[in-house]
Amino acid sequence: MELTGAEIFVECLKAEGVDTVFGYPGGAVLYIYDALYKAQNEINHILARHEQGAVHAAEGYAKSTNKPGVVLVTSGPGATNAVTGIADAYMDSVPLVVFTGQVPRALIGNDAFQEVDIVGITRPCVKHNFLVTRLEDLAPTIKKAFYIASTGRPGPVLVDIPKDITQMTGEFSYPSEISIRSYNPTVKGNKRQVRRAIDLVLEAKRPMLYTGGGVILAGAAKELTEFTRLTGFPITNTLMGLGGYPATDPQFVGMLGMHGTFEANHAMHDSDLIVAIGARFDDRVTGNIEKFCPYAKIIHVDIDPATISKNVKVDVPIVGDVKNVLADLIEELRGRKQGVDPQQITDWWKQINEWRKTNCLSYNQQMDGPILAQYVVDKLWEVTGGDAFVTSDVGQHQMWAAQFYKFDQPNRWINSGGLGTMGFGLPAAMGVQIAHPDATVACISGDGSIQMCIQELATCLQYRLPIKIITLNNGYLGMVRQWQEFFYQKRYSMSYMEALPDFVKLAEAYGHVGMRIEKPGDVEGALREAMAMKDRLVFMDFITSAENNVYPMVPAGAGHNEMILV
Amino acid sequence: MRHVISILMENEAGALSRVAGLFSARGYNIESLTVAPTDDPTLSRLTLVTMGSDEIVEQIAKQLHKLIDVVKLMDLNDYPHIEREMMLVKIDVQKQGACDVVKRISDIFRARIIDVGEKSYTVEVTGSRGKLDGFLQALHELRVVEVVRSGSMGIARGAIALNA
Repeated sequence: MELTGAEIFVECLKAEGVDTVFGYPGGAVLYIYDALYKAQNEINHILARHEQGAVHAAEGYAKSTNKPGVVLVTSGPGATNAVTGIADAYMDSVPLVVFTGQVPRALIGNDAFQEVDIVGITRPCVKHNFLVTRLEDLAPTIKKAFYIASTGRPGPVLVDIPKDITQMTGEFSYPSEISIRSYNPTVKGNKRQVRRAIDLVLEAKRPMLYTGGGVILAGAAKELTEFTRLTGFPITNTLMGLGGYPATDPQFVGMLGMHGTFEANHAMHDSDLIVAIGARFDDRVTGNIEKFCPYAKIIHVDIDPATISKNVKVDVPIVGDVKNVLADLIEELRGRKQGVDPQQITDWWKQINEWRKTNCLSYNQQMDGPILAQYVVDKLWEVTGGDAFVTSDVGQHQMWAAQFYKFDQPNRWINSGGLGTMGFGLPAAMGVQIAHPDATVACISGDGSIQMCIQELATCLQYRLPIKIITLNNGYLGMVRQWQEFFYQKRYSMSYMEALPDFVKLAEAYGHVGMRIEKPGDVEGALREAMAMKDRLVFMDFITSAENNVYPMVPAGAGHNEMILV
Repeated sequence: MRHVISILMENEAGALSRVAGLFSARGYNIESLTVAPTDDPTLSRLTLVTMGSDEIVEQIAKQLHKLIDVVKLMDLNDYPHIEREMMLVKIDVQKQGACDVVKRISDIFRARIIDVGEKSYTVEVTGSRGKLDGFLQALHELRVVEVVRSGSMGIARGAIALNA
């Protein structure tokens, strides 16, 4: 039977097992939306209020499930509005398939209404992209898009579909297999390198496991936990890697990097063996690269060969899927006559426990003073039993969320790490809530960030998404203000917002519950009250201390052992 | 150091701009770039000459490999190899004796005169970069109207080959 291009599109999504599409209609995708209308019992379309929101929602869906998120937007501004989200997904290796409508083929290149060269615009921020130029290419291209997005190092793939192709008819058959001669990710680690790595593990006196988002993406938290326990080594996670190892476990020394813990950063600096797993030596992690881990041999496990020795020269590179390589490392270590001798690292743990005594994340919440953001996150962790999905925006609140919400499970901490996109948190929370309808989803945000995709409150009402928004409102763009305080002699250039909306009324105007919390003594009660409203979105506006800073901090250009404590 | 990188890639729209875009986005430089389809029309072969330390060139190779359209690549610096470039030069021959100079120098460089006009000759010369530079230097007493260079093409010596 012949189908239209639009119908073929829908059949392809079904064949890929897509249950949810995040999008926004427009002229170039009208045939597709018409076909989706007929398939609405099988494919759930979530109508965002801005294309950026649709992409972030798809990211939230993908990051919390490890399944590709799917986005559908129209040509021109629909496509350009999606670019921030696409770039965000690229930086954080989020599997996404983004479909954009395009003007009819005959008009391409003619500066037609709502025409933009989205394939050209997104080329540097996608894993790959396609312009479909023939109807018979549509199904194989969609198959390739899902395959590329979700294998190897995941990432966003964009498929641009001209309108006339969605209208014309043709035979549909979906390829069951796909092979791309130029794309064969290495998933098995090299056995010899695995043996060399274990040789180093057995010799190390001051080892550190440094793991990142790759562990989460590979679904390798179980293997990581087993390897960590087997070695007895201290472990630190990057911002993207939180939840890869239980944060409440004594072997966990906290996050590392610019706002990492004193113990994690000092241990990195003094270490003689770094085992980097699914992490990419990002500048926010390494600090001054010249001063990074001066005494350590480095083992680096990653699926992307290009991340190896990109920023830091490594001694034992292992290219492969983190889950496979961890399993190989465990097997190799178990196969040795002798495992890691706990004696070998006794002194090292003593030193780490000394560093821990600085208690670098301590804060002093005066009950008659202003609310401290740290206290709110602490209480949120308590009230939710550490079991919530937490999304965040970007800035001080993000760092406090990462420092104080102790993630024990993977895929629970959903934030914008690489691109650092303000406006990510609320739409991402929508995607998480849609993927996990019964879970508690909290969006920790700030008064600046929350306004960047505030329109999505309407989407939350339309789909009854009972997200709990925790806005840490200090009246400032807090992280900008903090840098201005430290490095620009307190010239607070444009970091203070003189006019903020009444968030309670705003939430109510969108049909939600709003709360303003101004006293430390009210924090816990308010959180409990909000969490009890299982079927309502609650917007909690916490009025917090205006000049609170994120500590500890490795200032730009400094090494890990040159932290500012308070 | 100067590196000559040979790349086999899908002969598809946009593939070249992915390669070129990678270089500009990551701040690598391109000295020359030449590209055309191979005997297999689904593949293009691209020779790219770049400058950089060994670490940077290694990173360039990895990033190129990461592009989905890139099938295979090799750094020709790792092997004995041959490099050739073609140049077309248009020379003003109105000056007394100019025609003879062009003919003599073309003979010496094994170049060929491929177009003869009243006011100008056009010469085709092929060889290494240095030879082409030398040819232009040898013509210094004449006025060169136009120079077109193809950029370097490279191939490994012996049995080593870059095939899909």
